[in-house]
Amino acid sequence: MWGRLSLDALPHDMITIGGVIGGGLALLAGIAALTYFKKWRWLWTNWLTSLDPKKIGVMYLVVATIMLLRGLADAGMLRAQQAVFAAGDGGPISPDLFQQVFSAHGTIMIFFVAMGALFGIVNLIVPLHIGSRDVAFPLLNSISFWLFVAGMVLINLALAVGEFSTAGWLAYPPLSELQYSPGTGVDYWIWSLQIAGIGSLLSGINFLVTIFTMRRPGMSFMKMPIFVWSVVGCMALVVFAFPILTATLSMLSLDRTIGTHFFTSDMGGNPMMYINLIWAWGHPEVYILILPAFGVFSEIVPVFSKKRLFGYTSMVLALMAITFLSFTVWLHHFFTMGAGANVNAFFGIMTMVIAIPTGVKVFNWIFTMYRGRVKFATPMLWFMGFVVTFTIGGLTGVLMAVPGIDFQVHNSLFLVAHFHNMIIGGVIFGFFAALTYWWPKFTGFRLHEGLGKAAFWCWLIGFLLAFLPLYALGFMGAARRLDSYDASLGWQGLFIVAGVGLLIILLGVFFQVVQVGYSIWKRRELAVGADPWDGRTLEWSTSTPIAEYNFASLTPVIYRDEFWEQKHRSDVKKPVELIEPIRVPKNTGVGAGIGLLAVIVGFGVIWHIWWLALAALLGSIVIVIVATLKEDTERIIGVDEIVATEKKLRGVKV
Amino acid sequence: MKKSVKPFFSPWRVIFLVVCVVIIASLGAFLLLNGKNIAVLNPQGIIASKQKDLIIFTVLLSMIVVVPVFIMLFAFAWKYREGNTKAKYTPEADGNRLIEITWWAIPLIIIAILSVVTWVSTHDLDPYKKLKSDTPALTIRVVALQWKWLFIYPDQGIATVNEVRFPEDTPVNFEITADAPMSAFWIPNLGTQTYAMNGMTSKLSLEADNVGEYRGSNTNISGEGYAKMNFKAIATSRHEFDMWVKAIAGSNSHLDWTVYEELAKPNKNQPVVYYMLHEPELYAMIQHKYMDDQTTNVQQSGMMNHEGMN
Repeated sequence: MWGRLSLDALPHDMITIGGVIGGGLALLAGIAALTYFKKWRWLWTNWLTSLDPKKIGVMYLVVATIMLLRGLADAGMLRAQQAVFAAGDGGPISPDLFQQVFSAHGTIMIFFVAMGALFGIVNLIVPLHIGSRDVAFPLLNSISFWLFVAGMVLINLALAVGEFSTAGWLAYPPLSELQYSPGTGVDYWIWSLQIAGIGSLLSGINFLVTIFTMRRPGMSFMKMPIFVWSVVGCMALVVFAFPILTATLSMLSLDRTIGTHFFTSDMGGNPMMYINLIWAWGHPEVYILILPAFGVFSEIVPVFSKKRLFGYTSMVLALMAITFLSFTVWLHHFFTMGAGANVNAFFGIMTMVIAIPTGVKVFNWIFTMYRGRVKFATPMLWFMGFVVTFTIGGLTGVLMAVPGIDFQVHNSLFLVAHFHNMIIGGVIFGFFAALTYWWPKFTGFRLHEGLGKAAFWCWLIGFLLAFLPLYALGFMGAARRLDSYDASLGWQGLFIVAGVGLLIILLGVFFQVVQVGYSIWKRRELAVGADPWDGRTLEWSTSTPIAEYNFASLTPVIYRDEFWEQKHRSDVKKPVELIEPIRVPKNTGVGAGIGLLAVIVGFGVIWHIWWLALAALLGSIVIVIVATLKEDTERIIGVDEIVATEKKLRGVKV
Repeated sequence: MKKSVKPFFSPWRVIFLVVCVVIIASLGAFLLLNGKNIAVLNPQGIIASKQKDLIIFTVLLSMIVVVPVFIMLFAFAWKYREGNTKAKYTPEADGNRLIEITWWAIPLIIIAILSVVTWVSTHDLDPYKKLKSDTPALTIRVVALQWKWLFIYPDQGIATVNEVRFPEDTPVNFEITADAPMSAFWIPNLGTQTYAMNGMTSKLSLEADNVGEYRGSNTNISGEGYAKMNFKAIATSRHEFDMWVKAIAGSNSHLDWTVYEELAKPNKNQPVVYYMLHEPELYAMIQHKYMDDQTTNVQQSGMMNHEGMN
């Protein structure tokens, strides 16, 4: 009846129990607050069932933020173990728990923090940037979000019921096969990624179609903001790469549940196939994360330099080149697997080739500042920090692209330092810049500058202290993922410095939390208009708060920096606004329902409760069929209502 | 009336601050690194020293891009800061063909140079390439187990666990497999790591220039005892090595299939053990565990029997 599930699945060790209790209490506090303030209905109608990409975007960011805190807590445990207890024989964290923690840290940070932040920003900005009112498939967008949430719920459920994978964030077989990992950990890993991954794929299709079909009249491809171009590259990668992940996880899952031999080391299976396949998705995934960050900086630098972006065409070419090339380099993740010199050299050279368009982008950003008027507000500080850290990361990346060098640093802490260099210094700094930059557009007030700058300096200094020692440790022969090491090696000092670095990063996170809280508290003093930064692109042209329909009228676009030209050129007439009734999608609980059923499907498969999984799967299919048959899905906003809204929001008559 | 505020970051203050940070950082780095074995930069064999040279060359070549990026970033940020109204301001400028072509060209040239170096060095450092030497090479077969390393000396008829000895200035041809989740064999002072996989052989040729004891480890997670899966790699004089072999060959500790099966069971903190090899086909038998008799997996048997799957 209940498959593998029994009372033994409850956590045994104190640290996990503590985590479960902490998480449980936070959840209870949230539920209690919603009940006490009678906010359930508000939550359901205004947020959970909304198809408005602005709201879905905010929900993505909320989930990603919570997951960032979880991922950082994991990082804290890893660093504490290595800095304090690891020299000699472990501390309170057993090797098994340590391995669960780093597997969870990597998986959560990539899939539920970086991907969540990415889709959050994309939902918020892309429709506004292309001057549209919505995405192409609003319901699909909601379903994508809820599948993402379902994956997130499953991965956190592993804490309370059962165990998590100990096989690292990519679960290489044969370690992840039944033979070596008989528990439910790897299954939790597979199914939380499988479900969230399907959500990502649907989002990829959605945004690609949105950008291709819903741009404002007159906005040709070469007039799109670079951020939109970066999302084109990113979503194209999602559409091509995520099916590989889905297929690979399916095969691993079949190996584990029905005893096939795709990736086992016996019976003709081949683990090397898995490693190729997972990186055929995994390398594009890296660019899925970094491309939008490139896009964000391409928006921020011109605005804060009060100057056009330098080399727009070069930027587009570079983005598209990176998009294409990212599919040609996956083998550099395993030069040490025994491919011949010709193969290794080819992939090494292809990897270096990516450094060319990336270098071009950096030069173009820097030259955007040249002869500009650069204002060092927080988003611009994140940009400066990004260039510094990303250049260091790029240098170490080029080192590892040379197979002969990679042979000496692969799987060491040098590698760990390198990819954190790219993901923190690149992706995370980019998202923080985006958050500070676009925050006032959606809230009507700015984030407190002083606290933002304090957070930036903590993140930058903390980052350098946390990861530069890891480069040195890698050169000293320290492998990644060590729960203990011999004290006589003399590594502890460097691990302590790295731990201090993490503490400084946590201080930065503390400043950010305070910054958001304080800014909300002082929102009247920090209030700004609809265009606080003297913006250049369409999102700044509409009101703040933004109406549900984004733009009252879809007037054609003439220039690349349309809004800037409207403001600053005397020969550009402000276009006449034509008001017509607008269709917006009605709220629906379909997404939330499918999300809930997806959790049940995942849970059923993980614990081998087949009837439950099957019932939930059928349920979700029925929901989709019913939802597609429903015709009354749109609400029409009449001209009177638009005029009234615009008057209220903009104080203007249209 | 507006009070004129002196900017906190005057150029001299910034330079002073930067100098202070550099001094503190170098002092810290010196204290933390002094006297430690920075293995990759302290090569004890021909492979590792070529790799060290390659690292230095690549870093220096990359500096052609990295240094201008840093200089321009900070110089432009300083010169074109908002407060400096004397600086030129061209809000309409949106590109310059010549400059952009330079951006594409400089990295392109550097990468072209690096590509040639990569091609040549990758072939030169190919782990399957046997090192040439006047001294006859020594073959050592390596098996990654949960969580220890078994070393089989087919020509000497001995086997060891968690300790591998070889004479200095002699090419050692390692043939590496696993009877465990994928592991990786790495002696950073000597160079090049390589994966150890079930049913397959990875080849790696290394040589130690000097007598010494070096640390070897697994770098690929293979289960609970992974962090403890280390071994000693000891390079001795030829004479000492011969004596050592003789001593083991005269001992009465035997390694056959039964003993191996006991040894292969997962355990942590496995002490060093020496054996006389009583089963000459042990290595092949370990690989055959992963080969079903009915399947003719060309790739696996190919990997095992033929030279240079590369």
